[in-house]
Amino acid sequence: MITLNHYLFVSGALFALGLAGVVIRRNIIIVFMCLEMMLSAANLALVGFSRFRVTEGLPDYAAQSLVFFTITVAAAEVAVGLAVIVALFRTRQSVEVDAITRMQG
Amino acid sequence: MPSLLFYLFAAITLGFGLNVILARNPVTSALSLAVSFVGLAALFISLDAYFIGIIQILVYTGAVMVLFLFIIMLLDIQKEESRRANMAAVVGGIVLAVVLTLQVATVLGAFKEGAVTTAQVPLSTEQASKRADVAGVKTIQQDLAAGTLPDAKLVGMNLFERYGFHLQAVGLLLLVGTVGVVVLSKRESPAKPSV
Repeated sequence: MITLNHYLFVSGALFALGLAGVVIRRNIIIVFMCLEMMLSAANLALVGFSRFRVTEGLPDYAAQSLVFFTITVAAAEVAVGLAVIVALFRTRQSVEVDAITRMQG
Repeated sequence: MPSLLFYLFAAITLGFGLNVILARNPVTSALSLAVSFVGLAALFISLDAYFIGIIQILVYTGAVMVLFLFIIMLLDIQKEESRRANMAAVVGGIVLAVVLTLQVATVLGAFKEGAVTTAQVPLSTEQASKRADVAGVKTIQQDLAAGTLPDAKLVGMNLFERYGFHLQAVGLLLLVGTVGVVVLSKRESPAKPSV
């Protein structure tokens, strides 16, 4: 049977995949996608805990509210982040992370 | 939820998530991530979070991934040049991911409270209809009496009654984000000296 631990493991594995993508890939857009994947992995853990913390016959809706806010903030973050990437592409003509070294110490 | 469906959707989520990292073509990555999010939405729905599942599909696969695809195609990004990836980063990333997964597995192995199935903590519409916070809400009471879980209504009630201020703050954040995007993507006129 499927337990809370199964969901938490999927969440952890998805987070690990996102983390690996952020470290490995050099295309900044794909790094950004992997960040979204990590946010979603956290959402899965939250929804899992929400369902398994039943009080008086209902799941814990505080966690689902937090997921709602996370999704909203992630949407705003994507919009601003992609605008930054477009601005970067205009000045550097590249979306490789190696091409952006101006703030390197 | 039958175990088979859980494993199917978990495999879709993780498999296509892996494809995001492996694919050389950014368009493939973006589409894989969209499919991965659909699998994740199915997992949300299996946890009786219908509203969050639908929001996941509408916002992530509907809006965010389309935005990603739009930018990828707008910038006309070619496949990553055949130059080999930085080996230190590849090894480091794989080691990080494996260590993190193993650690999560170890912690979960010792997490006895997590070894419960949804059948052991059932939702009860009968019990829920006696709750103080839904006592006066007619539409929710009707749904509970009919034996269905009014998920969207309950999330909405929770958002507006307990997190009204936060909701407005998020609305303001979206406004600031919109203004920020307009400012960022405005092309500076060449006549003006750049600062």
